[in-house]
Amino acid sequence: MSRIAATFDRLRAGRRAALVPFVTAGDPSPAHLPDMLRSLVANGADVIELGVPFSDPMADGPTIQRSSERALRAGTGLAMILDAVRQYRREDDRTPIVLMGYANPIEHMGVAAFAGRAKESGIDGVLVVDYPPEESGAWAEALGAAGIAPIFLLSPTSSQARIDLVARMAKGYIYYVSLKGVTGAANIDTADVERMLARIRSRTSVPVGVGFGIRDPETARAIARFADAVVIGSRIVEEIERAEPDQAAQRAGAVLAAFRAGVDAAAVDRAGP
Amino acid sequence: MQMRVPVAEPRSPGAYDLPDATGHFGPYGGTFVAETLQAALEELRDAYEACRTDPAFQAELAYELEHYVGRPSPVYHAKRLSDELGGAQVYLKREDLNHTGAHKVNNTMGQALVARRMGKPRVIAETGAGQHGVATATVAARYGMECVVYMGTEDVARQAQNVYRMKLLGATVVPVTSGSRTLKDALNEAMRDWVTNVANTFYIIGTVAGPHPYPMMVRDFNAIVGKECLVQMPALAGRQPDYVLACVGGGSNAMGIFHPYIPHAGVKLVGVEAGGLGISTGKHAATLSAGSPGVLHGNRTYLMQDADGQILETHSISAGLDYPGVGPEHAWLKDSGRASYVSVTDDEALAAFHALCRTEGIIPALESSHAVAHAMRLAPTLARDRIVLVNLSGRGDKDMHTVAKASGLSL
Repeated sequence: MSRIAATFDRLRAGRRAALVPFVTAGDPSPAHLPDMLRSLVANGADVIELGVPFSDPMADGPTIQRSSERALRAGTGLAMILDAVRQYRREDDRTPIVLMGYANPIEHMGVAAFAGRAKESGIDGVLVVDYPPEESGAWAEALGAAGIAPIFLLSPTSSQARIDLVARMAKGYIYYVSLKGVTGAANIDTADVERMLARIRSRTSVPVGVGFGIRDPETARAIARFADAVVIGSRIVEEIERAEPDQAAQRAGAVLAAFRAGVDAAAVDRAGP
Repeated sequence: MQMRVPVAEPRSPGAYDLPDATGHFGPYGGTFVAETLQAALEELRDAYEACRTDPAFQAELAYELEHYVGRPSPVYHAKRLSDELGGAQVYLKREDLNHTGAHKVNNTMGQALVARRMGKPRVIAETGAGQHGVATATVAARYGMECVVYMGTEDVARQAQNVYRMKLLGATVVPVTSGSRTLKDALNEAMRDWVTNVANTFYIIGTVAGPHPYPMMVRDFNAIVGKECLVQMPALAGRQPDYVLACVGGGSNAMGIFHPYIPHAGVKLVGVEAGGLGISTGKHAATLSAGSPGVLHGNRTYLMQDADGQILETHSISAGLDYPGVGPEHAWLKDSGRASYVSVTDDEALAAFHALCRTEGIIPALESSHAVAHAMRLAPTLARDRIVLVNLSGRGDKDMHTVAKASGLSL
């Protein structure tokens, strides 16, 4: 069984939602990445979304944009990230790691070459923001051959036809973007999110995570009542931005721990397995 | 002059009919944007398709192009320049004579009409040189729409006059400080605005790039340029040209004049890219000449990128060509061999700028000067009865400071 499936099975049995922190790999620098991963896991990460920095992060707000710029200035590249994850796998073979980024660095490496190297590194899933399902035929095939889950986005404006398309192609989990806009933009309406998740779930048994706009543990708790995973991105990245580089991993972990408490508090409200 | 120009040509089997239904030109183009924008693009595709086939829409656009933009723009035989070059006859398609001074208004007028049909009261745009921003602010004023233009801070500094023009026209100019602070970053920022405000906002993209349907729609609106030439050249010169030249940044003026000529196999199509300080220096924007395929801004196309697939900063003396991507249809025309692409350096473009001022009394935009520069290289190698048609895509009033500075003067 894949690490992602095993994780969601285990959490389901414990009536818990997955806590999924997002950080940009190489922010503040590539040398800080191993400690960052350790700190996130130690503070309750069930799955880690690791951003691959890109020069033109069109779908991201200013916080993650600046994070990408810091990582790129520090010399971070895709091959380096894959190597770092391969190293990290020697100490942690349990936590699923999902890469999240944009198409061009992957296409530049070559989709097949990337899939092979990602598999060797122990990557579990990849979310390419600008690969919508209709442009993802060859991509999903290459990842599938490597046993890696292609993760797709759905949004409040996704039509029923698009929900069905994603439901057919998605593996691992589906990432529901809980607001209209870029990452980190505003606060979300949990009732709207719950209604949309019910629609998505009527079409697929793949777990559905929720991200974009979850800025505090209370919102995380509200979302964790019904979502399979809660993604925390900009709020952690803000903390990394404010910290001295050597303190960044610890402070990111401290923020995550507060969200962990929020998500766990929701367990009592969740329906049984 | 009243000209009959067919607006939507019937498509015959086997004819060039790209993009396909999903917006692809061979391997290029497509819809490489996040899920959050897909519904907006679908709405736009439907709305544009309805406009494209609606005679009332086309009639309104034709009226605006004639009475507001001042079309058709003339074709002019540049006799003194041709004599000086001593070879082929150079003809200029005078897009510089349009209202707002460039071809850009052909597209903004079209998209503004689509926006009105869709009931969107707010339009946004990205701009590099400021010409597209001015053309967007202009049509927004014409139709009473709110207008926000994103512009990199580097370009705000280089093109202060156009910034002021946009403000005079009632637009809000938002300086963009992320990334390289130029056109590509302005485009990123405009996309972010669109995804956030899509309910009331129409994004007027200024070039033949971006996700489907933009490359097709922007091409269609600019194709009036080539369609007029198809009628004007036989009337003026007795036949179609041997060469059609146009500068290529994103490639909208080039697609506009190339597209109607694609079926005319005897007409060579040549795009002229910004060679900056020279291809070998790396400081240029010659994407098709020196780049490689990738995905940026919603489409697959040629890009300027580094060994990690990060997008490179480009350089050109002309802000309008300073873009690390290029329209996907140009990528296809290059690969298929139907068009060829060359580059011209900053210095060659400046020399052409001065030559056209001096021999013809026409001050070209620095962008268009790149196409003129290639005509000046090409014409002397051809016989006197050959014809080279250059799309003079814009006028150079906006470039006075840049040219003076390059000549060691300050205004």
